[in-house]
Amino acid sequence: MAADGSIDLGMGDVGILNYAYALEQLEAAFYTQVTRTPYRRMSSAERHILRDIRDHEIAHRDFFRAALGRNAIPALTVDFSKVDFGSRDSVLTTARTFEDLGVAAYNGGGQYLKKPEYLLLAGKIVSVEARHAATIRDLIAPFSSAFAGDDVVGIGGLDEAKSPSEVLSAARPFIRTPVTAPQLS
Amino acid sequence: MTYQTLLGGIEPAFATKVASRRDLIVTNALRLGVLASVPVLLGACAARLVSGGMPKTVVEVLNFALTLEYLEDDFYTTALGKPGLIPTRVRPVFEQISKHESEHVALLKTVLGLDAVQKPKFDFTAGGTFGDVFTNYRTFVALSQAFEDTGVRAYKGQATKLMGADFILTTALKIHSVEARHAAEVRRLRGEKPWITGSSRGSLPAAAQPVYAGEGKTVELGITPSGVPASAVSEAFDEPLTKEQVLAIAGMFIVSA
Repeated sequence: MAADGSIDLGMGDVGILNYAYALEQLEAAFYTQVTRTPYRRMSSAERHILRDIRDHEIAHRDFFRAALGRNAIPALTVDFSKVDFGSRDSVLTTARTFEDLGVAAYNGGGQYLKKPEYLLLAGKIVSVEARHAATIRDLIAPFSSAFAGDDVVGIGGLDEAKSPSEVLSAARPFIRTPVTAPQLS
Repeated sequence: MTYQTLLGGIEPAFATKVASRRDLIVTNALRLGVLASVPVLLGACAARLVSGGMPKTVVEVLNFALTLEYLEDDFYTTALGKPGLIPTRVRPVFEQISKHESEHVALLKTVLGLDAVQKPKFDFTAGGTFGDVFTNYRTFVALSQAFEDTGVRAYKGQATKLMGADFILTTALKIHSVEARHAAEVRRLRGEKPWITGSSRGSLPAAAQPVYAGEGKTVELGITPSGVPASAVSEAFDEPLTKEQVLAIAGMFIVSA
């Protein structure tokens, strides 16, 4: 950690893994809060889905912490002050943002990984994030094209891929700890 | 097909840009809708045109992917053409999936150019095992789930072979996550969890078990996340299938290559 309290994700494979670890910390914290303080009229089916997603994000977070060992960045302080956890709309649209962002982050980060086993591992996680994204989108607009909507799946039938700097800037409003990645991409 | 013929219909200044900066062009031109013809643009972007040919491994991976996309594309196009098969309420879901599979076929065919494999002939009844696939929605949607979950695992299993070919790898990853979105949605339509628990095929018939072989892993790179139940860990990581495993599944539906 730098003197100003900011966190540098590092470089190379460790940098990308820390980048993933940061995002998974954010998601795990979010769904932990969502399930702790359910929004008004949360259905039982929604509760099950959101608990499952929480558990998946915790598994991802804990995996990265263990895999990184002493190279892991510290725990981040999150900021969900802009989320109204009592509102279904606020929670689900925030979840959609996080899941789509997670997909785009892993898709964009893959090419920077040097070790094949890390690329495969990222592949194992990104498809689960995409399952989350589709599910959250379906909760918002059931049985429509939204699960893989034209707003996120572009021409060519391709999902998004974002660079670390794009992703970090989109995540910034939700993370109090300043996170930088000057050595990534 | 030569570089010139592919780029022939595009103004020279743009063609030069395409050839030199294909990644940027795909990102920007597609987003801006600069060109009406996606295949032409993507063809122009193919690595072979600027590098003088893609590595054999990459061609093999893309042709493997193309075969699966042919299968999915044919499956949904056929299904959407059967009156009364797909309930009106869920038709937008399958129209969206079908659109993506068609786009994947077009994209892969154009990137591969002359190296693209031909479309095989399919028998979606698998020799009569799924005889009512296009007359019974339940059978159709069960096969749909099997194809989508297989597709996700298939792309995942090929990713490391594309390392070093950044543009192709990223494109494959972008398709991979779209297949996962499809899989999740179809599973929801069937009343299954959108994610795969253990190596369970859920309510799919026994013939679909190979689709879920080895999905139940709970140890990743020697690590078992212990803060959540093992079932959740298995759901949190989708596992790959080898090319051979995938072809054994897809082969049930391929009549001739």
